[in-house]
Amino acid sequence: MFSLKSLTKTYIHRNENIHAINHISLEIQGGSFIAITGGSGSGKTTLLLTLGGLIRPTSGLVKYKGLDIYGLPPEKIADYRNNTVGFVLQTFNLIPYLSALENVIVPLLILKKSNIDKRKRASTLLKKLGLSSRQDFLPRELSLGQQQRVAIARALANDPEVILADEPTGNLDPVLKIEILDILHDLNKQENRTLILVTHDPDSARRADRVLNLSNGEII
Amino acid sequence: MTADFNFNSLIWKELYQRKGRLLSGLLTISLGIAVILGIHSITSVSKQLVAEKLDLLGANILVLPQGASASDYYSADVDAPTIPEDYVEHIATSMLPGVDNLSPKLSRSIQINDTRLILTGILPVNELSSKPIWQSSDLMGIDLQTACGSAKQNESTDSDQKQAIRAIIESLSADEVWMGSLAAQELGKGIGTTIDLEGHTFKVTHVLPETGTIEDSRIFAHLHTVQELLGTGAQISAIEIMGCCNAISDGLLGKLRNILPDTRVTSIAHIVNTQVETNRMMSRISIILLIIIIIVGSFSIGNYMWANVEERRKELGTYITVGFKRYHIYKLFLIKSTLLGIAGGIIGYTIGTLAAMFVGYMFTEMVITPVAQNLIWSILVAILITTLGTLYPVHRAVRIDPALIMQEI
Ligand SMILES: Nc1ncnc2c1ncn2[C@@H]1O[C@H](COP(=O)(O)OP(=O)(O)OP(=O)(O)O)[C@@H](O)[C@H]1O
Ligand SMILES: [Mg+2]
Repeated sequence: MFSLKSLTKTYIHRNENIHAINHISLEIQGGSFIAITGGSGSGKTTLLLTLGGLIRPTSGLVKYKGLDIYGLPPEKIADYRNNTVGFVLQTFNLIPYLSALENVIVPLLILKKSNIDKRKRASTLLKKLGLSSRQDFLPRELSLGQQQRVAIARALANDPEVILADEPTGNLDPVLKIEILDILHDLNKQENRTLILVTHDPDSARRADRVLNLSNGEII
Repeated sequence: MTADFNFNSLIWKELYQRKGRLLSGLLTISLGIAVILGIHSITSVSKQLVAEKLDLLGANILVLPQGASASDYYSADVDAPTIPEDYVEHIATSMLPGVDNLSPKLSRSIQINDTRLILTGILPVNELSSKPIWQSSDLMGIDLQTACGSAKQNESTDSDQKQAIRAIIESLSADEVWMGSLAAQELGKGIGTTIDLEGHTFKVTHVLPETGTIEDSRIFAHLHTVQELLGTGAQISAIEIMGCCNAISDGLLGKLRNILPDTRVTSIAHIVNTQVETNRMMSRISIILLIIIIIVGSFSIGNYMWANVEERRKELGTYITVGFKRYHIYKLFLIKSTLLGIAGGIIGYTIGTLAAMFVGYMFTEMVITPVAQNLIWSILVAILITTLGTLYPVHRAVRIDPALIMQEI
C-alpha cells in the first residue's frame, strides 16, 4: 500500500543539516498495524507527517497504491489528506469554539454533500465512539479521553483507509490509554484500516504487526 | 443552529468567539469611514457656502459694449456706449449650457437735489433671480437659492416662486420704481411716496434691503420706461449673466464672445477663481485624506488580521491537515474581511452622517441630510480597506507549515 523509496527529509538549521529522516525505504501492507518507536528527535513525527501528505520530502518517494503523492498538484494532495488518511494527534487539535459534532463535520465542510448527510455521518461516528450525549459540548467541556474520541471520530469522517496516529495516548492516564488504544486497534482489526502508530509505549508497540525503531532518522 | 452548520459557520463562529478583538478592528474601520464621510460632507457644505456667497454677489459675467470697462458701466456716464437690446435674445436662443440667467440693464447717472444717483432700467424677472440677496428679504418672501442651477429650479420645479416673481413683474408697471436703500435714504423716500425723474412722476413700490454695494444707490425702473425716458431707443449698457461656475471654467466666456463679436465679455474673475480654487483644493484635500485613511485603515486591519492569523496558526494547520485547500483558507479570511467591511461601512456611515449633520447644524446652520448613495460608497471603501489589510496576512496564512499541528499550543 505504502512504498517509500530512499525517503529523506533534511532541515537546515543555522547552516547545519539535520536529517530528520534519512534514506528510508520501506513497504507497508494495506490493513497492517505498524508501530513507530524511537527516542525523542529520532524522526518519528516527520516520517508520519510525510506519509500523511503534510511534509514534502527533500528527496525520495512516497507512493500510495503506486501513486507518487508529492508528484501530485497541491489540490490533489489536499484531497488525499481529506479522504485517504485520518490524523489522530497527541494534542487532539480540536477547534475550541466548535461543538463535538461540528468538529467532526469540519473535514466534510469542503465536500459537496447535503448538510443533513454531513450531520448524520458525524452523529453516527460520535455514537460509535460512545459520545452521542456529548454532541453539543465544546472541547473544553469534555474530558481528555472524550476529546481524543472526538478527534478519532473526526479522523474517520471520510472513512479513510489509513489512520496516522502520533502518540495519541501521550496525554492520557493508563486507563484512558488502553481505552483509546482499543478503539484504534479495532479500527485496524475489525475495519481493516491501515494503522500507523507513533508511540513511546512498549505495551502499545507490542500489539502492532510490525515495529519500526527509528534512530537519527534511520530504521534500525 | 447546528443543522445549518456549513463552511461560512466557521467564519461566523470565529468572529463571535473573538468578539472583543473584533470590536476594536471594527471600531478602527468605522472611525476611518466616519472621518472620510464627515470630511466629504463638510467639503460639500463648504462648496455650497462658497457657491452661495458667489450667488449673493449676483451676476458673475458682464457683457459690455466694445471698448467699455466695468468701471464705465458702474459710473454710468451720459455718453457711455451701449449695445442693442436684441443681444439678450441672441444669447437666450443660442442655448449655451451654464447660462443660468440674463439680465439686461441700461444705466445712466442722474442728479436729483444735488445727489448723484444711478437710474437703472431692468427687466424685473431677470434682475430678481440674479440677485438672490433681495429674494431673501421678507418683503419678497422667497428663499435663498444656491448658484449653479438655482434659476432652473425657479422655472421648472417651484411654482410658488414663479407665482411670486410674476406678481412682482406685474407690480413694476411703467410708473413704478424700486429704490436702493442708500438712494431712498438720501432722498428721504419710502414705500408709497412719489419721485420725479426727468419730468415724469413715479411711485416708489419697494425699498431694497441694504447690500453694501453700488446697487444701494440705484433707482430701478422698468427697462423700457428708462429707454423712453433717456431717449436711447432699444439700447442697453450691459447684460449681466449668471453663469454656472463649472461652465465658466469650461470656456463659457469664449463661447459668448463668438456669439457677440462686437462686445466685451468679462467675468468677475477673482470671485470665480476663488470659487473654483476652493472647490479644487477641497476635492484635493478629500482625496488625500481618503488615500491616507485607506492606507492607515488597511494597516490597522492588517495588524488585526495578522494577529488573528498568528493566534489561529494551529487551527489553520488543523484545517490543512483535514484537507482544506489554499482556496478555502483564502475564502475564510476574505469572507471575514468582507463582513467586517460591510459592518464597518454601515457603522461608519451612521457615525459620519450623524457627525456631519451635527457639525453642519452647529457651525454652518446648514441642513445636511443623509445620502443613501454615501452608504454604498462607505461599504465599498470599507471593504476595500479590510480586503487590502487582509491580503498580506492571508498570504501568510495559506503558507502556514501544517507540521506545527504537533506543537503543544
Ligand atoms: N521545522 C523544523 N526545523 C528544523 N528542524 C526540525 C524541524 N522539525 C523537526 N526538526 C528536527 O528533526 C528531527 C526529528 O524531529 P521529529 O519531530 O520527527 O522527532 P520525533 O521522533 O517525533 O521526536 P519526539 O519523540 O520528541 O516527538 C529533530 O532533531 C528535530 O529537531
Ligand atoms: Mg514527535
